[in-house]
Amino acid sequence: MMLDVQEATVRYGAITALHGISFQIAEGEIVTLLGANGAGKTTTLRMLSGLHAPSSGSIQFEGSEITQVKAHDFSAMGISHVPEGRRIFPQMTVEENLEMGAFKRNGGYHDDMGRMYETFPILKERRKQLGANLSGGEQQMLAIARALMAQPRLLLLDEPSMGLAPMIVDTIFRIIADIRKQGTTVFVVEQNAAQALRLADRGYVMENGRIVFGDTAQNLLHDERVRAVYLGESVEG
Amino acid sequence: MRAFFRNPFVRRFSLCFLVVELVALMTGPPGSTQAPTAGFRGSFFEASSFYGLFRTQRWVVFFALAIIMFLVWSGWLNKGASIRSTATKALAVPRAVTQRRPVRWSLIGVALIVALLLPRIVNDAFWHSAMTEQIGVFVLLATGLNVVVGFAGLLDLGYVAFYAIGAYTTAWMTGSLPTPAPFHGHFDPFVAIPVAIVIVMVAGILLGAPTLRLRGDYLAIVTLGFGEIVTIFANNLYGITGGSQGSGPIPHPVLHIGPLHYVWSLKPVPYYYLLLVFLVIFLVAFSLLEHSRIGRAWTAIREDEVAAESVGINPLKYKVMAFAIGASTAGFAGVVTASQSNNVFPSSFTLQSSINILVLVIFGGMGSIFGVVVGAIIIQVAYSYLLHTPPQGYQSADLYMYLGALLVVMMIFRPSGLIPSRRRKREIVLSEAGEGHMDEVLTGDTP
Repeated sequence: MMLDVQEATVRYGAITALHGISFQIAEGEIVTLLGANGAGKTTTLRMLSGLHAPSSGSIQFEGSEITQVKAHDFSAMGISHVPEGRRIFPQMTVEENLEMGAFKRNGGYHDDMGRMYETFPILKERRKQLGANLSGGEQQMLAIARALMAQPRLLLLDEPSMGLAPMIVDTIFRIIADIRKQGTTVFVVEQNAAQALRLADRGYVMENGRIVFGDTAQNLLHDERVRAVYLGESVEG
Repeated sequence: MRAFFRNPFVRRFSLCFLVVELVALMTGPPGSTQAPTAGFRGSFFEASSFYGLFRTQRWVVFFALAIIMFLVWSGWLNKGASIRSTATKALAVPRAVTQRRPVRWSLIGVALIVALLLPRIVNDAFWHSAMTEQIGVFVLLATGLNVVVGFAGLLDLGYVAFYAIGAYTTAWMTGSLPTPAPFHGHFDPFVAIPVAIVIVMVAGILLGAPTLRLRGDYLAIVTLGFGEIVTIFANNLYGITGGSQGSGPIPHPVLHIGPLHYVWSLKPVPYYYLLLVFLVIFLVAFSLLEHSRIGRAWTAIREDEVAAESVGINPLKYKVMAFAIGASTAGFAGVVTASQSNNVFPSSFTLQSSINILVLVIFGGMGSIFGVVVGAIIIQVAYSYLLHTPPQGYQSADLYMYLGALLVVMMIFRPSGLIPSRRRKREIVLSEAGEGHMDEVLTGDTP
């Protein structure tokens, strides 16, 4: 297992956000985490990127314990986080944003920059523009490209489709599939269940801070409970 | 009647008239020395009392003023947009020119030569001491604070504490404090320079490490508290600092390298050159730092701390670094002030001075080294000029009224400072090309 989460509990003061969740991600997979608002999806990602340490339980990445690792050490370890709401550097150009992504690497990242421009041709066009002046979809692509500049083995995506037009969402999801083909494991948290399940190999469903069940994406797509709650279809129909 | 006041022209004119009347009330009757504007000599206020021309019909003047204000306002409404865009384009020309390498280097060279010859050009005892104590020292302090406020985006309201620590370290090292000097030696202030810089940087780390987890306003309050604590300690620890009596006499530095022997004295000009040498060193170091890895990390933290963390930047580490590096110039400035003025008093390190230094940084343009230097020179020259030839009725506290008004005007018309940093320049160029709205970029709004 690449990432192995066992019985992780996260508390915000007196409130328990995650009640001992367990799940695994194998190398080369795309795994998705589904759930309604407030189910604990973002908290799970914050925990996985060191922004909020679990109060109990363990997280193992490639066999080593990472529960107490600080957020800023994650990128050097091989886990990149694309935060919710994109969070690119607004006053830096696209190029500078990409350079920041390689902050922890020593020299020689210009090949990677070229590869990013191949994957995201629109970013090459906008190379000298400020992050603030990009459209939402371009910003999302920049955020993903910036995360990839750290050469992660595991990429964490928080709501990549948020606030984007359906056409752009298609593009983004196609790119995520490409990224996996190039050998990066992807963990994606999504509200757009139908699209996420079509992309992913496996999925987990969260409710009220617990993982209620997990299965292959195919099975989940045909699961009655998932269809009823997340795909907006009635059980009878 | 209502329709009459709804007329935009009538409404605009009545507003103008109201404003002018308010000013009239504020300025008081002709010849009044109580009014805050009484200091303006040769102004029409004085004329109106002196020549008696408008003594009885002051309202005539104000009516005329209201008309002028109305015309300016209407003109701005009609032509404002085009004036603004012409101005941005016109301002972009010198920018484009100075961005060229040879031009920039020769400008720097000319500035350096002028700075070197300045004591000969302005051969006046008052200005000699002003260019050392008021201008040189404050330019140094402003460049240091610029690292903290401009580069790393941390609002530090207690910067003067580092200045005080630098000055007191000098007094301590030279054996001028009630506490014995280290190793019972009486060191030369020159020896105090590296020691003061190191101690101040350690103080920066000690203050920064616990407090820099705070953000924005909270950090400002804590640093403000730190500034006050240092002053209060200096004031009350009689046995260590000499309390409000200040330190004993601090000797002047003596340079003694081989056959070279130079003794600084009470004269300010030699100190001016000492400041200049170190200012150049600090400026070169800071501009190299700005474009280094550390500088990029500061920019990232300033723009989005969470994103910075996600690309692997440790925010706390780089913020503490900014605090320590920014403090170093204050440490050096403290050494020079202490040895030049011969003594140290706690009363010279108040919250007021912290805010004054911050004003220099904001006026010049946060994050722009060149801007901050020019801004600090302009404000400090104006301040010294007002000390040198005060207008009639001018009191030193009036300066803050003018400074406040200046800042308000600045915030409206040039919110990023007199000479904005290169990042800002690019934004203006971008908005000219029609790619993005300037105001949106300047306020940093992100969609």
